[in-house]
Amino acid sequence: MASRLSISRLIVSRLRKLSPRRGIEYCFTLIGFMIIALIVSMALLAPFIAPYDPIKKVGELLESPNTRFIMGTDGIGRDIFSRIIYGSRIVMCVTLLSMTLSFLIGVSFGLLSGYVGGKLDSIFSLLMDSMYAFPGLILAIAIAFMLGPGILTTSISLTVVYIPTYFRMVRGHVLSVKESLFIEAARAVGAKGKTIVFKYIFPNVIPSLPIVLSLNAADAVLTLAALTFLGLGIPAPTPEWGADLRTGHFYLASKIWWPSTFPGLMIVLLTLGFSLFGEGLNEILSPRLREGV
Amino acid sequence: MVSLRVYIARRILLSIPMIFILLGVVFLVMRVAGDPVSAILGGHAPREQIERIKEQLGLNKPLIFQFFDYLWQLLHGDLGRSLIWGQRPVLDEILEHFPATLELSICSFIISIFIGIFTGVYSARRYNKPVDHSIGLYGIVTYALFIPWIGLILQLIFAVYLGWLPTSLRIDTLMEPQTITGLYVLDSILTLNTPSLVSSVRHLILPSITLGIYLSGIFTRLTRTHMLEVLEGDFIRAARARGLPERTVIYKHALKNAFIPILTMMGLQFAMLLAGAILTETTFSWPGMGTFLAERILYRDFTTVQGTIVFFAFLIVIVSLVIDIIYVYIDPRIRY
Amino acid sequence: MDKVSFRMGRGETLGLVGESGCGKSTLGFSILRLIPPPGRIVGGKIIFESSDLTAKSESEMREIRGKRISLIFQDPMTSLNPLMKIGDHLTETITTHINITKEEAVEKAKVLLSNLGILPERIADYPHQFSGGMRQRVGIGLALALDPDLVIADEPTTSLDVIVEAQILELLKEMKKAYNLTLILITHNIGIVAEMADRIAVMYAGKIVELSDALSLFDKPLHPYTKALLKSIPNIKLSEQTLESIPGMPPDLLSPPKGCRFNPRCPYAFKECFEREPELTQVGKDRFVACHLQG
Repeated sequence: MASRLSISRLIVSRLRKLSPRRGIEYCFTLIGFMIIALIVSMALLAPFIAPYDPIKKVGELLESPNTRFIMGTDGIGRDIFSRIIYGSRIVMCVTLLSMTLSFLIGVSFGLLSGYVGGKLDSIFSLLMDSMYAFPGLILAIAIAFMLGPGILTTSISLTVVYIPTYFRMVRGHVLSVKESLFIEAARAVGAKGKTIVFKYIFPNVIPSLPIVLSLNAADAVLTLAALTFLGLGIPAPTPEWGADLRTGHFYLASKIWWPSTFPGLMIVLLTLGFSLFGEGLNEILSPRLREGV
Repeated sequence: MVSLRVYIARRILLSIPMIFILLGVVFLVMRVAGDPVSAILGGHAPREQIERIKEQLGLNKPLIFQFFDYLWQLLHGDLGRSLIWGQRPVLDEILEHFPATLELSICSFIISIFIGIFTGVYSARRYNKPVDHSIGLYGIVTYALFIPWIGLILQLIFAVYLGWLPTSLRIDTLMEPQTITGLYVLDSILTLNTPSLVSSVRHLILPSITLGIYLSGIFTRLTRTHMLEVLEGDFIRAARARGLPERTVIYKHALKNAFIPILTMMGLQFAMLLAGAILTETTFSWPGMGTFLAERILYRDFTTVQGTIVFFAFLIVIVSLVIDIIYVYIDPRIRY
Repeated sequence: MDKVSFRMGRGETLGLVGESGCGKSTLGFSILRLIPPPGRIVGGKIIFESSDLTAKSESEMREIRGKRISLIFQDPMTSLNPLMKIGDHLTETITTHINITKEEAVEKAKVLLSNLGILPERIADYPHQFSGGMRQRVGIGLALALDPDLVIADEPTTSLDVIVEAQILELLKEMKKAYNLTLILITHNIGIVAEMADRIAVMYAGKIVELSDALSLFDKPLHPYTKALLKSIPNIKLSEQTLESIPGMPPDLLSPPKGCRFNPRCPYAFKECFEREPELTQVGKDRFVACHLQG
């Protein structure tokens, strides 16, 4: 279809304009991408690469890192390395699920609200703006507390926190396009209005999407880890980085550092991955973004 | 031009609907989205217990009535009573823990501003040079440093292995100074209590560095962005053309102008501060509102959790109100 | 800018005229070595009262700026710090260069303001509380505060409306007399220099194409560009007139045409003009021109 062709042509022409000068930003994006790819592979290949069952006691309690357990064992004798690997599944699962849901919901509501306008728009915007004003973590805590533990409920908590971001972004674009095209659309046949709006909004929104998704994902990883660190979210034996950090923390004073340090390191690493990817992309594309379509 | 007083009055009035909406959001989440009863009891419980709790919390009535009850109570400063132990009023318990969080927040904030502004200015002056990119990287990295983890690393190095500083808590046992403000450092100074002072400062160092580093990332970026904008301005060149020393140009002229947009972002900063404080406190067992909240979550103390979140909502609205008013005072273009 | 060269005597007013983008403002800024990176001075000397400014250190330049050579900026709204009172702008400049107390500086500032036609009480006001013309007066005041030897005025009236422009030009004339100013007046408006300048330098595409005393320039312009410029000024005395403009656009300074830079638009261009760039040569008493027609 004509619109699909033009969108892909737009993306290709944008990519061609990337100047080779921005070496550092490329570095960032590349490293970020590699980290994300690494952890995604970890998640996908978990059963094949984890040496032990993550929820079974396989060694002595709190063994320090050695040849059998390269990251040592935790307070119940479970292999930390295996828990890390399986933990990546939970993180990726929750993150991707909540990102997708919040994106779909946020974007649809944003489009609807921006396009329809009027009272509906005012109500939605008010709701979304107040949710946005609330610190994400606190909102997530409230929802997670109410909905109880579990992968699905935790994903819902995160979803709700990020819906306003997409809503506002899309609504803003719709409104600005509406303003500029309104006059032309009024002259054209009435039915064309909708298609015009869609045709012009998506090209505007698409370049910034990977960046927003990436940066939101980074935030989601941190928020998820924070939730489990506080005891909410994912219930006990399931390997999860934030939860393991929490339980490992107790042994810190006795110089037993491995049960908490490794899971925490993974959290930082994954967040860095998403952040570097998103920020790098942002720097590379930003002058073009500001110029607009 | 609108007079200052009218502007402030209007701004205060605007806060009222803001509070209502936030309260509405909290209410929606706490009463509607989930089931308070199962949050408290955790699923399977005998019928009578469920009914008793419903009665006690007024959850039997239709939602609208519940909302009005909730608002009515809030108007009277009643955040409900805790469901555990002595069933103390939630507000009292929150206020007990408030000074600790305040002290930590102030300290961390000062540290983050220091680091953030200096690095921001430094990197703006050396735009696109390697230092600029490294500082940009610093900003990204500090954001990714999961607070409990960085707190943990600092504890490991400085407390556990080097033994220079304590791992947690606010002060050594039985060394609390006489309470005047609730801020241990300040109270120790006011009552000339040196051992208290030393102990409270020692305990404050690691947590405030942890939270401070986390917050500084955003400051760095903000300062850099706005400084770059301001430094493009004609008046900067004009100042240089008058022979003013570079340091004056940067700090007195540029930074002051850049600071105004930074100030407007402070409201967002406060939200991050609260969230960050919760994590920092739990990591260091710092007895503030964060630890309090985390504890009550574990105990499924529904009313306290609800009340604390409502308190946070109020704090946010008040802080953003104060920031807006400060902003009006600082920018002469609005005042005159 | 390319191989620009001229001399000035004390008390003289030099008008520097040219289209936007021809480099005249850059010339002004480069005297004070205030060119923003990535631009820089690659060669040549700036001799000011027997010393070469290009050889001076940054701190030596800072002593000169504002005190011995000062700048009047084009846009008075953006060239003043919106957060600083007018009085503070002045006292800051004064105390930076001279060792006097703040109170004395304030007194000086007040006197200065009243000389410029601003009420001294307004010393405590902020830039946005002034009108455009008043702000430019302040800009002039800032340039004159320390009785400089040379004042460079970069398009001082371009952002002002015509009536205010006239007032500011009057003010400049007064100040010129009162302070015995040596002034470089940079503008694209040849009408202004007609009033104010003793000598005029016409710039095109980064080079000075004609340099002479004002009377001779207007009486008998030598360079085709100058001729065209003068022709494009509407003459109020004529009842009917077709406004003549110069066809074409100024060249891209990064890749100028071969030979004389004006050759695409010059009605008199001949073979030599496309091969060799003309040098600025003296063709009379205080008359210089860079054109193959004359040399």
